[in-house]
Amino acid sequence: MGETQASEYRGDIHRQQRDLMLRWYQRLEESAHGGPPAVSLMISGNCVELLEAFGAVPLYPEVNALQLAIRHQSLDPILAAEELGYAADNCAYVKADIGALVKGITPTGTELPVPKLVLCNFVGCNTYVKWFEHAAEFQNAPLAMLDVPFLRTAEPRAEDVAYIVCQLKEIVKQLEELTGRRFDYDRFREAVRCSARVEEAWSRIKHLARRTPTPFDAYFDAITLMGPLYVYRGSPEGVEFFELALRELQEKAERGEGIYDQERFRVVMEGPPPYPFFRTFRDMFAAWKATAVASTYSTVGGLWEFGFRHDPDHPFESLAMHMLAHNVTNRNYLQRYDQIRRYVEEWDADAVVIHFVKSCRLFSAGQGDMRGYFTQQLGVPTLYVESDLEDPRYFSEAQIRNRMDAFFEALEHARSTGTLHRGVAAIRHAPGGEIAPAASDRLKILQ
Amino acid sequence: MPAATESLVERCREIVEDLSLGEVRRWKEAHPGARAIGYFPVYAPVELIHAAGMLPVGLNGAGDRLDLQYADARFGSFICSIVKTTLEMGLTGLLDPLDGMLFSGICDSARNLAFVFERNLPGKYVDFLHLPQNPSSAASTEFLKGEYRRMGDALEKLGGRKLDDDALRASIAVYNENRKLLRDLYGLRAASPHQVRTSDIYLLQRAGNFLPVETHNELLREGLGSLADGEAKPRDSVRIVIEGAFCEQPPLDLIRLIEDAGCYVLDDDFLLGRRWFTGDVPAYGDPLESLASCYLNHSVYSSVRHDFRNRRHKLLVEKTQRLGAQAVLFLIAKFCEPAYFDYVLFKRELEAAAIPHLLLEFEEKAFTFDRLRTEVETFVESLLFD
Ligand code: SF4
Ligand code: SF4
Repeated sequence: MGETQASEYRGDIHRQQRDLMLRWYQRLEESAHGGPPAVSLMISGNCVELLEAFGAVPLYPEVNALQLAIRHQSLDPILAAEELGYAADNCAYVKADIGALVKGITPTGTELPVPKLVLCNFVGCNTYVKWFEHAAEFQNAPLAMLDVPFLRTAEPRAEDVAYIVCQLKEIVKQLEELTGRRFDYDRFREAVRCSARVEEAWSRIKHLARRTPTPFDAYFDAITLMGPLYVYRGSPEGVEFFELALRELQEKAERGEGIYDQERFRVVMEGPPPYPFFRTFRDMFAAWKATAVASTYSTVGGLWEFGFRHDPDHPFESLAMHMLAHNVTNRNYLQRYDQIRRYVEEWDADAVVIHFVKSCRLFSAGQGDMRGYFTQQLGVPTLYVESDLEDPRYFSEAQIRNRMDAFFEALEHARSTGTLHRGVAAIRHAPGGEIAPAASDRLKILQ
Repeated sequence: MPAATESLVERCREIVEDLSLGEVRRWKEAHPGARAIGYFPVYAPVELIHAAGMLPVGLNGAGDRLDLQYADARFGSFICSIVKTTLEMGLTGLLDPLDGMLFSGICDSARNLAFVFERNLPGKYVDFLHLPQNPSSAASTEFLKGEYRRMGDALEKLGGRKLDDDALRASIAVYNENRKLLRDLYGLRAASPHQVRTSDIYLLQRAGNFLPVETHNELLREGLGSLADGEAKPRDSVRIVIEGAFCEQPPLDLIRLIEDAGCYVLDDDFLLGRRWFTGDVPAYGDPLESLASCYLNHSVYSSVRHDFRNRRHKLLVEKTQRLGAQAVLFLIAKFCEPAYFDYVLFKRELEAAAIPHLLLEFEEKAFTFDRLRTEVETFVESLLFD
């Protein structure tokens, strides 16, 4: 193992990102003092464009929870929540958020508003529903459901789209009543137009990681870009930010600059990161000059690298399609296998790393089967490590490091004997046996 | 207990504990070419399966009767037992008599299970229903009707037989009868809990998972008759409501233990899907409309069905008070996230209404219950003597 190199890239985008996120917290504080109305939303396949039409600020409990964790402030609120009756095995994102609400803790110390509406955009994660029910209860705020049918057929059904569009329009009415503001259709379309531009830039950024070396890490660095992606996607600030990020990374790619002096391993990451030990975890990869060329976690809010864009000519319908089919959480589990497999092939990866997160059954339930699929059926080297995304009590540094070192050592050895393959060649299929496709025809969906 | 009840309950226990699905195999032998469709809890529109000439089979895990060889590797730590034992049953051939499996989005674990099933058991019909979580929307009935239609089409294709409205209405009627008999059984117990043992009506009810509904209806009628004849003296007991075991089921011994430790169970949510509707589903008119609209507007509350118009924590308190129960006993399957979450708001609301409660966690595979027994006994004593 070589000495650890600083793996982080620090450019204009980082400064801008920080400013944008601080401004968001400022706007939320203004909202708490009679400023623009705030509406709680979940990140998965969120419909932030709808809020733009009201000049409302999105309040993302998930962003708050991850900010608490990354600043090492999540344990106190988690313990407070457990005192309220939450179980050791409940999603710790929820516990951190509710605990922080009850204790009056906020990640940046700025005040957070009581939302005008707790809008549960139920996109995939069942825990969301509980979370938002509880958030509404503990804040004494109105609660509404936006029920998004889980993607259980190859293509979303016309019935699914109609159901969502009807609900979106019902929510528009409800927001008009609650905020006392009129729904501005032109602004809505403009927001959808901005989103499409952001998505184009974001998708092109993701595709830059197909190059060798990749100019950025599509897991650790992608997370930096994800805050603005959710908060500002439907706004001109978002467009400006993402177009800048694209330019900066493109230039870097053109200079042939990677993350390390030499990129040794290219991996696909599955699962959310351990936010309380973000740095430590990243360094373990850096020690092997291993970079993530793609990640499923960065597609929670939306999956755009395969072509989907919001459509200003059909704004409601495209919101519906986005929530239904174009984010990792609402797609079914086998479609996730296909997504990862495509990353391995098209992003030229050597291996898959599965980070099992105790809190998050949406991601983790069945990851043993996923590992079996990649190692046994496809023959792709796959590492499996366990911890949590929010709760610092579930991170065993020595154990994870040992596994990781053993894994990359084995890859190194395989490379020296010419048995490590990359990209399409990495899919070698298990010896002896017909390989069933991950998804049946009924479920195949990636364009 | 009268001998008639005893032998009936014993028969049910054998049916329930037969992991090889003997009843289902026998039914298929008697109906050559007919299909059996398994469904994972909590709720499934069994009427559709029935009307398609198939046998709906309710799955509730394998209890403590199956060692996990394969499922643990696929679903690791922090996942409830029923997900693993159901998969294990599939991987070890115990579910071979089933031609298909039906799932719905009750929780994230069960949802991923559906697709792991699909991958590991190729050739079986596996379907996933989205049961709407926003009954307030004007579009939800239409949506659910469409979802039922989609499932109906798939069943038609599988069975090669048309699913017509008359058959559906007839199926609704026969399941209405089944649910009414179960409500009667529950009513009988709530009125005379000293006479009707919870573990007995549990077995009577659960046997229905594997029997044609018509046979189960007869069995329930028989059970109702013999239970009503029972004689027993009331003893010092605490009147409780059980909440939280709507999906994975507690071991039978645990249910017995709770009663033996001095609890009269006035209501429970075991096998909740079997008693899903609060009244009859109209067996006339458009049957899919009836089923959909009853799902949205006349279902029992449950931790896996969301209806923000009627909040569960209020409904639990209301029910406890209406039945005159003194306390609530939470029986929660280990790692059952929906139950864990709901406990928080239930607890808050119960405390506000000054209703005592006890929380117990269980696993399908539990061999000793000493600690749980002590907890229940202490709880009962505190209520009896305070
Ligand atoms: S279960 Fe996973 S996706 Fe759902 S709220 Fe928790 S961390 Fe997020
Ligand atoms: S017991 Fe709970 S966690 Fe397990 S499958 Fe059922 S609802 Fe999901």
